[in-house]
Formats: sequence, structure tokens, C-alpha cells
Amino acid sequence: MAAVPISWFLTLSAVLFVIGAAGFVFRRNIITVFMSIELMLNAVNLSFVTFAYQFKKVDGHLLALFVMVVAAAEAAVGLAIILTVFKRRPSLNIDEVNSMKN
Amino acid sequence: MPADLMPSSGDLIRILPEMVLTVMGTLLMVLDPLLHKRSSNAFGHLSLVALAAALGATVYAYANEGAAFGGMIVVDGFATFFRALVIVVGILTVLSSCRFLRRQDAETSAYHALLLFSIAGQSMMAASGNLIVVFIALEISSISSYVLTGYLRDDPRSNEAALKYFLLGSFATAFFLYGVALIYGSTGTIDLLAVRAAATGQAGPIAAPLFLGLAAALLFVGLGFKVSAAPFQIWAPDVYQGAPTPVTAFLSTGPKAAAFAVFLRIFMTAFEPGGGGWEPLVWFSALASMTIGNFAALRQSNVKRMLAYSSIAHAGYVLVALTARSAVGASAVMFYLAAYAFMNIGAFAVVGHLSGKGERYQDIEDFGGLGQKQPLTAALFTVFLLSLIGVPLTGGFFGKFYIFKAALESHLVWLTVLGLLNSAVAAYYYLRVLVMMYFREPSQAVNEIEPLAPGLRTALFISAAATLFLGIFPNWVLDFAGQSSTLVK
Repeated sequence: MAAVPISWFLTLSAVLFVIGAAGFVFRRNIITVFMSIELMLNAVNLSFVTFAYQFKKVDGHLLALFVMVVAAAEAAVGLAIILTVFKRRPSLNIDEVNSMKN
Repeated sequence: MPADLMPSSGDLIRILPEMVLTVMGTLLMVLDPLLHKRSSNAFGHLSLVALAAALGATVYAYANEGAAFGGMIVVDGFATFFRALVIVVGILTVLSSCRFLRRQDAETSAYHALLLFSIAGQSMMAASGNLIVVFIALEISSISSYVLTGYLRDDPRSNEAALKYFLLGSFATAFFLYGVALIYGSTGTIDLLAVRAAATGQAGPIAAPLFLGLAAALLFVGLGFKVSAAPFQIWAPDVYQGAPTPVTAFLSTGPKAAAFAVFLRIFMTAFEPGGGGWEPLVWFSALASMTIGNFAALRQSNVKRMLAYSSIAHAGYVLVALTARSAVGASAVMFYLAAYAFMNIGAFAVVGHLSGKGERYQDIEDFGGLGQKQPLTAALFTVFLLSLIGVPLTGGFFGKFYIFKAALESHLVWLTVLGLLNSAVAAYYYLRVLVMMYFREPSQAVNEIEPLAPGLRTALFISAAATLFLGIFPNWVLDFAGQSSTLVK
């Protein structure tokens, strides 16, 4: 079986990261924005795992695991925060969350 | 070998401060149902005990300095300085929070527990020698801070601030993490000293040198967000304005100091060999932060928002010292962050004191006549504001002095000139508050003001005393900073 070149994985990771960043900037729904961040973190995980595979070392895989744990903790807190915001507002449009202006 | 994986007693002593804070934070949450009915001050007292113990543990760890857990944790003078700083920031925050929380009818146990967890994260950031430890510590600190920002659940401003802080904070974290991945990819390691060795070519040629440059840029973006440096400062005004005031005081000092500690450690060890490459980046960010912060602060009518912009400007001053890329610059950063922590916590504590139930009064007009009604509070606030301006005999003066001295020694003449012009602009908006306080009739806010609570008074006295101490005897702190600012032995 012909192995897929390492650079393909890295390119995919970079593309996913950019899609995530673009989603963060351009999407208006808070949940979608949050999912974009998760996409970015998982893109990074792909990089970690690829590098670890290339180096034949285990530490990159462990890093990916740590990132997953942190992302889960972040999701728990983040969804709770989104919920408190949603309780007071009729929509999840991020442009409507702007009560503080000079 | 299982035996090798067991931490030695030396390892454990070196992370004792974090262990104390985490255990005590968990204990507070467990004790919640038992102590809840009786007294809400109990949690404040317990967390003060925890912080005092952690401060002791920091000193004890410093007596056993060295690397722990295979270089993951590094306990040196630099780490100890920042550990002590974030713990003292925590003590001042707890002292100024108790009365505030009772006034807002807020639960206290979770608040203090989250504060302890956040400080544990910052303390670990200061002592980390490996990028994954930096990342995890940064997240421990950040995730607790997100919750603290939204702690007043029924206040829409607090909700909104938490949402913005969370979204932009996580966004920044992703950039930081991608930087870590690229470092791992190009050098095969994420240990800071090993990365440095790889970057200097000691361990053979690097697989992909381009990755290393890109990684430095990504880490700069991630940390730039955390320290609210321009052009990554957009979140700061909204978050600082919306967060409960004692939390704002904490956010603008503790996490910022810890993020700068990480910034210094990464850029003065791992990326120090490629210094010329990132210098223009930091140069630009320093100038943009100072200018945007100061000029936007001029136009604010809300004091919290004004101090938020001023905090962006102060991050700019610190970046000036980072641009200098020298041990003198590093010790100037350390001194400035200490001085800034005291004066800023003090200033925010006064704002929180005046704001009243539901944080209604935050405008500059609300400070009218404070000098007549509560001369002591006004006098202490004056000390903090003068220090923020950088008037001699205050810590703020020597902080700025050492920063610009370090910049001149590294031949950053233009940056120094523009920075000094910026400090002159800044004087205007701080003085506006002073004028309001002493030359106006008492406002409604001042007429409704409560007497100073004992905890808050202690916090204000400690902050003011430390601000003046740093302004009159700067050498004591500066000598320690100078000794410990050499990060590569």
C-alpha cells in the first residue's frame, strides 16, 4: 500500500485551521463560532499526530490527548456561558450581544 | 521503568504552591454545603489562609530551586518572582471582593475556589519549562477566569463579558497551540531549552526552519491576546467593563503578569537565537498598544472602560521593554508588572467600592466630590492614579523609567520618544478623574457610598504602601529582578 505523504496531512491540518479561523470571523451564530474554535483545535491535533507519526515518537500523541481534555473542559464552560447569554436574548446572533458601548 | 516515573520529593516540593492552591480550592467547594448558611466570609478567610500557605510554599520551593519532572517545571528566581506576584494579587483580590460579593448577593464559595484555581494556573505558567505545561497552565488560568468574568449571572453585562472573553480567549489559545505544534514539527521537542538548542543548530540542522519562524508568530498572536496587546486588544474594553469589578482588577493584573512571564520565558529562551526576526513585530505591537490604549482612553466616560484602555497602554509599555531583548529589559518588565499590579488593583478596588449595588455607578461624573465625603478613599485613589501616570515617588515612575532606560540601552530611540509622548497623553485622562474627585460637588453615587469595609481598607492600604515603597526603594525589588532575569544559565 502506497503511504500517503506526510505533507498531505500537514496541508489538510493547515486548511482545517484556516477554515476554523475564517468561520470564527465570518459566522454570526454563537454556536457555529464556538464550533469553529473546536475545528481549529482539532486541526492542531492532526498536526501533532502527524509529526509524532513522522518522528516515530509517542509524545506527540500524548499532546493530542491533552489537547482533547482541555478542549472538553473548555466546551463545558463555554456552553454554560452561551446558555446564560441565551436566557436573556431571543436569538444566538453574535451581533446582538453588544450592550456595552461608550 | 515504573520507578523512574515516581515523582521525587524534590519534584513535589517544587510544585507545592500549585498543590496547595488546588487542594484548598477543591476543599472550598466541598465545604460549600457545610458552611453555606452560617457565614459567607468564611470562604474568604479560608482562601486567604490558602494563599498565605501558597506564598510560604513558593518561598520553600525557591529554597529548593531547580528543574522538576524532567524539565517540565523550572523553579528559579524568575518563576518565584511571578509566583509570588500572582499570589499577592490573589490576596488583594480576595480582600477587596468580600464586601463586593455581599453587596451583590453573590455566592462566595465557588468564587473563591475559582480564584484559587486561576491563581494555581498562573503560578504554574510562571514556573513552566515546557510548552505543553505552558498550554495547560494557561488554560487552567483562562477557563477559571471565563467563569469568574460571568460570575454575576443576573447581570447582562457580566454575561456578555464572559461570552466575549471565552470566545476570543479560546480563539487565541488555538493560535498558541498551532505554534506549539509547529515547534514540535520543526525541532522534535517542546522543551524550551531543547528548542533553543535546536534553534541554535547545536542538535544538527532543523527539519523546517520556516516552521520555527511561523511558530514564533503564532505564539506571539496567542500571547498577544492574553496580554491585550494591540492589534489583539479588541476584547479587553468590553470584558473589563462587564466583569465584576474585583474580577476586572484580577484579570488586568494576575493573568497578564503570568502571560508576560511566559512571553519572556519563551522569547528569551527558545526564540532568543532568532531575536532579530521577531523584534519588528513586538516593536510595532508595543507602539500600537500604547497609542490605541491612551487615545481611546481619552474619550471614555466609564471609568472601568477607561482603565481597560489604560491597561492596553500599559501592556504596550511592557512590550517596549520586551523589544529591548536584554536582561535589563527583562528585569524592567518584572519590576513594571509588580508596580502595575499594585496600583491597578488599588484603582479598581476604589471603583468597585463606589459602584454600589448592581454596579450602577461607573462613570467619571460619579466620582464627583469623593474627596469631601471620604477623604481617605480619595487620597488612596490619588496615590494609584499618580502612579499610573508615572509621577516620581511612586512605583509607576520607576517602572516607566527602567523600561525606557532598557529601551535606550538597546538603541530603540524612536520607540522611547513615542512612548514618553504617550505617557504625557495618558496623564490627561487620569487627571480628569482627580479633578472630578476634588473640585466637584458630591454626586449621587458619593452620597450613597458605604464606609470602607475592613478587608477593602486593608487591600487599599497594602496596595498604596507597596506602590509608594516601589517608588521610594525600588532597588530592593529591582535587584531581585536583575538577579533572576537571566533565563539561560
